[in-house]
Amino acid sequence: MIEARGDAPIDAAAGARATRAAAWRFVLQRASAAVLAVCVVVHLASIIVAIRGGLSAEAIVARMHANPAWPAFYAVFVVAVAIHAPLGLRAIADEWLGLRGKVTDIALGLVALLLLAGGLYAVASLAG
Amino acid sequence: MTFPVRIWRGDAGGRFERYEVPRHASQTVLDVVTHVQRHVDPSLAYRYACRVGMCGSCAMTVNGKARWTCRTHVDTVAAGGTLEIAPLNNLPIVRDLVVDMTPFFDKWTAAKGAFVPTATRRDDFARVEPASKERRAIDTTIECIGCGVCYASCDVVGWKPDYLGPAALNRAWTLVNDVRDGAGRSRLRAVAADGGCQACHTHQSCTERCPKHLTPTASIAGLKRRVAGALLKGDL
Repeated sequence: MIEARGDAPIDAAAGARATRAAAWRFVLQRASAAVLAVCVVVHLASIIVAIRGGLSAEAIVARMHANPAWPAFYAVFVVAVAIHAPLGLRAIADEWLGLRGKVTDIALGLVALLLLAGGLYAVASLAG
Repeated sequence: MTFPVRIWRGDAGGRFERYEVPRHASQTVLDVVTHVQRHVDPSLAYRYACRVGMCGSCAMTVNGKARWTCRTHVDTVAAGGTLEIAPLNNLPIVRDLVVDMTPFFDKWTAAKGAFVPTATRRDDFARVEPASKERRAIDTTIECIGCGVCYASCDVVGWKPDYLGPAALNRAWTLVNDVRDGAGRSRLRAVAADGGCQACHTHQSCTERCPKHLTPTASIAGLKRRVAGALLKGDL
């Protein structure tokens, strides 16, 4: 009979929690990716259309003020980025830098907060 | 007529040694290694068993890619005249072309890649519908013989030592679909933990290189779906 080597006794409940957290990270990464797929296409399309009319800060601000759908759209975009980017960085830090564990997770949580705060601040500033 | 062959000698700190090997028609890479061990250097360590492409024991890295050496013709891989033979990647080197398969099978166990029975001898035989979705999912991927080629080909295994790897997860998928199996949630938890199916980046090196044409990538995608479904239903 094959027996697993190096099996240390673990707290089963903590293990199950950690497993669910890992699964949630995966689901959130996929969900935010789906949102970003739409957001990025809309964003690129609107840039292409906007450039045709001449690019200026005034035009951009006017567009954001004219229709509340724009600030709402970009707010959703920011939230999706704040979820997706840090989770992606987590995998990269793990696989390419060998950085894993609590300290890395805390640092990436700070990145998420920075992206969220900075992004929403930008949207609020443009939306007036 | 001879041709040059480079073969890895020693352990992880070893190096390639060069040999001149006679060229024959229909020669396989296993023929080359066997020639060197029998006629040039008897200290060369390597594994093989069936030599007819059934057992998977002869898997090695040939010109950078994991293959079964008994099923690899020199003509196919050494067209440029060079042949480089090394042990499988991602596993500790015992000596020369022999690797320690222990971590590979330890991960098989960690992924709960073993059947957990629920019936007793007093129960009737289980009835498994061959055309059912679950059985068809098992059929496409049950023939794994644990040769390690997929594991050796996986980038993520190389980058993330805890990653269970394509073979272990592929086997777990066959058991997740086995209607007789009783491990259910504990197996899904085993494959959903850090280092589980979520770590797969769908590079598909495993599927491309599997000598039995299995599809570990598809199995892992199935596990991802099952795990996500269980999580959202509160069953994980």
